[in-house]
Amino acid sequence: MSTSSGVQLAPSAGTISARTGVRWITVIGLEAHCQLKTRTKLFCGCEYVFGAPPNTLTCARCTGQPGALPVLNREALELAVRTGLALGADVAAVSKFDRKNYFYCDLPKGYQISQFDRPYCSGGGIALASGKFIRLTRIHMEEDAGKAIHDRGSATLVDLNRAGVPLIESVTEADISSSKEAHEYLTALKEILQYIGASDCDMEKGSLRCDVNISVHPQGEGWRTKVEIKNLNSFRFVEAAIEYEIQRQIIAYESGEPSQFPVQETRLWDSAKGVTRTMRSKESAHDYRYFAEPDLPPVTVDAAFLERQRSFLPELPAARRRRYRESLALSEYDAGVLTADRAVADFFEAVLRISGRPKEAANWITNEVMRAFSDPEMDARSVDELKIRPNDIAEVIAFVEKGTVNTSSARTLLREMMKTGKRAKVLVDELGLAQVQDTAQIENWCREALAGKDKIIADVKAGKEQALNALLGPVMRASKGSANPAIVKETLLRIIQAEH
Amino acid sequence: MSRTDGLDAVGLRDALARGDESVEATIAQTFDRIDAIDPRLHVFLNTERAYAEARARDLDRALAGGETPGPLFGVPIALKANMCLAGFESNCGSKILAGYRAPYTATFVQRLIDAGAIPVGTTNMDEFAMGSSSENSAFGPTRNPWDPARTPGGSSSGSAVAVAAGLVPIALGSDTGGSVRQPAALCGIHGFKPTYGRVSRFGLIAFGSSLDQVSPFARSVRDIELVMNVMSGADANDSTCLDEPPLEPEHARDPASLAGLSVGVPKEYFPNMLEGGVRRAVEAALATLEKQGAKIVPVTLPHTEFAIPTYYVLATAEASSNLARYDGVRYGLRVDGDGSLQGMFAATRAAGFGAEVKRRILLGTYVLSAGYYDAWYGRALRARALLRQDFERAFESVDVIAGPTSPLAAFKIGEKANDPLEMYLADALTVPTSLSGLPAISVPCGVVEVDSTPLPVGLQLIGPHRGDARVLRVARAFEAVTDFARARPPQLATARVATRGARA
Repeated sequence: MSTSSGVQLAPSAGTISARTGVRWITVIGLEAHCQLKTRTKLFCGCEYVFGAPPNTLTCARCTGQPGALPVLNREALELAVRTGLALGADVAAVSKFDRKNYFYCDLPKGYQISQFDRPYCSGGGIALASGKFIRLTRIHMEEDAGKAIHDRGSATLVDLNRAGVPLIESVTEADISSSKEAHEYLTALKEILQYIGASDCDMEKGSLRCDVNISVHPQGEGWRTKVEIKNLNSFRFVEAAIEYEIQRQIIAYESGEPSQFPVQETRLWDSAKGVTRTMRSKESAHDYRYFAEPDLPPVTVDAAFLERQRSFLPELPAARRRRYRESLALSEYDAGVLTADRAVADFFEAVLRISGRPKEAANWITNEVMRAFSDPEMDARSVDELKIRPNDIAEVIAFVEKGTVNTSSARTLLREMMKTGKRAKVLVDELGLAQVQDTAQIENWCREALAGKDKIIADVKAGKEQALNALLGPVMRASKGSANPAIVKETLLRIIQAEH
Repeated sequence: MSRTDGLDAVGLRDALARGDESVEATIAQTFDRIDAIDPRLHVFLNTERAYAEARARDLDRALAGGETPGPLFGVPIALKANMCLAGFESNCGSKILAGYRAPYTATFVQRLIDAGAIPVGTTNMDEFAMGSSSENSAFGPTRNPWDPARTPGGSSSGSAVAVAAGLVPIALGSDTGGSVRQPAALCGIHGFKPTYGRVSRFGLIAFGSSLDQVSPFARSVRDIELVMNVMSGADANDSTCLDEPPLEPEHARDPASLAGLSVGVPKEYFPNMLEGGVRRAVEAALATLEKQGAKIVPVTLPHTEFAIPTYYVLATAEASSNLARYDGVRYGLRVDGDGSLQGMFAATRAAGFGAEVKRRILLGTYVLSAGYYDAWYGRALRARALLRQDFERAFESVDVIAGPTSPLAAFKIGEKANDPLEMYLADALTVPTSLSGLPAISVPCGVVEVDSTPLPVGLQLIGPHRGDARVLRVARAFEAVTDFARARPPQLATARVATRGARA
């Protein structure tokens, strides 16, 4: 792939500059902020619902009233710890909260309660498909800020509904070397968080946000200055910002002009223009004046608590994929598609439990059911919204197996079931989808199809049985798909041999 | 003069519970006294007469209806202006919060109300509790009832004077580095700082969160015990609050006897700067304790000299963060400035905070800054551990520690206002206990004549961590054999207000 700048991209092995032939290696670390799916905020009893009218989900605590004190939400700690366990991290027996001090209108207390030097989790990580392991440095808990809205005339409006919503920030080591790996890592992270019920990771609702730290250096040389890109709110933007930044940094270095070289700074992604832009330099970086939060005692986690949280962990996506491939003999593709969303995987397993047919269950779900999610007629964007339940699919599988309906009728049947929510048995009758086993009826359709087809008849008689296939279609059409194809074929052969 | 005049809270509560007088009449008298005295002493920033009268009528009705009167039934109380009661103005003595009415009620205030107490208003204080004289209040100083030219001490100045001048039997202050014990000493009343965490801080507007503790003023030790038992105990709204059982006063058969008790006297608490009259009064008090059977033991608290610098690093660091919320965005004063967000923050804070608060915010910001944290904040944390260790070692050999509360008796308003360092030293003997989280009480222990004006002196009794009951037992014993707590400011007689002691 070549770009306008003339730099050749080869993501897995760095980037070869077309101009100089130098192979540039990219070094990336990711910080992901995920909203925890708790009933209430991190330090108060307010609920949080995305899109609620501004400043309706607030109280003395999350609006920073004088004298109000934070109280840690137990559920947030539980979900945070489960996340740590699912990512193979070490959960600290004792961690603490700190205050991160800065002024902004969406930060009610003038500080954010976060964790600085003693986060609740360290280590762990995620294995990519290639086998490469992306290590996590740490995960910490913190509260979200509110939202400042600047685009309503000259005033800045502040909505504090989001203020105090629990976040976990996971920080990787600089183990990622391409936009593709970054994407894969984030996808896996999102899958895991969704699987364990810790977060929706819905980027559109801001429940997952990313910062990227990135630098490039010629192969064989030491690491160079890293640049931070903040607040990327979609995986696509993460990829695009990384690609842009690789180009920008390589071009800057290859200019040979030290004043043009990348500097340590924070940049923002401008999605409209597809570029990153300086937000603030290192010199103007905030001094957050962290110190231990005196209003909260240290967080202690004992072995019993850890075990209890571990007991809530479901089988994680990677393990499930492996099991689907190895024990159920599903293809890599099917296993991947089925496990990407825990609800789909759970649905699949429910069908499997009833039908005992892994391949068939996988086929029906990955094809017909998942296609329905993007079909407006079906009015279902997820498994939860489907009008059918797992036993409905199992029934369809059984009907095909018993020959009650053929495969193409079954497809029609399942679509109708998803549209109407009616049971398979009812629809088979309503739509007349039962396979016709009546040989007299089939014989009539076959004779009609054979009329005038002397060439085919001659071929068949000459031993070319596959010539029959040309007649199958017309017969099936005449039967509106309800004829049993095997019987049709048999009947055609019988008629040709006996009567021609 | 009514039958309830001059009673302490326990006495008043019992009289009201018996029906000697209606709560409504008591509250009316309370406001009559406030109206008579407040113009001279500037005790309250805000009174809530309509609220108090309505509460009083409710309580009278409840009693008439046969309800059991609570332990503070009908007792009027004053709240420092950094305490939240929904609808009351809590402005912290600051322009930045002028007019701010709390949208919620502090846990300890609610517990007092539930026990039958009637908050009558919020009292004057050094701005955000930063000061030892009330001269840092944005609304002018409170005056000492013993000599209106002098300060009552601070920062809980209005609450101290509300009790000392007989306006209410009980008032609440907050003690961060001595803000209750020092004014109690300068006004001749009891002021008790409990073990850190005994009283929930939910609804106490923060100055230094790891030090702040709600602390009562009263004219008798039994009132202190009463109000402490009502306020203390675990609170789901404050994670730093201790789950302590109620104080079981250690009632000896002879309450005046201190036989078997050892009292440690740290030599560091008798520095050269100690006023002569204060030294004599405290030494006399120690002799009294000895006469009551206590053994006086010299002890050493070798790191005492580091207490003031340590305190002014840690308390200001926490304050710089605690006061960040006063930014003009959500409540309180807003000054637009140049129209930018940063400009609005700066203009609001420049106009809203007084000089001392600004000084402490700058100091606190500095000691937490990158590159300075270890040298200042980090080192202060280590010094705090050493101070704590001093007390732990001393309490291995003694039951309580005694010494002066304040090195000085009440000084003149304006005398030290321009010298913050000298003002800081007023807290030199109270700050070590605050940094260590220990319980300590100031009890009236004598009078010193300054310029032919009699001024009260306070004896400080310090207990080990969670040793609140022990401290109060010693205070009670001392109270039983002395008259100092019953002495009333002579000036007040001219204001035609009862100054008769409860048992006089």
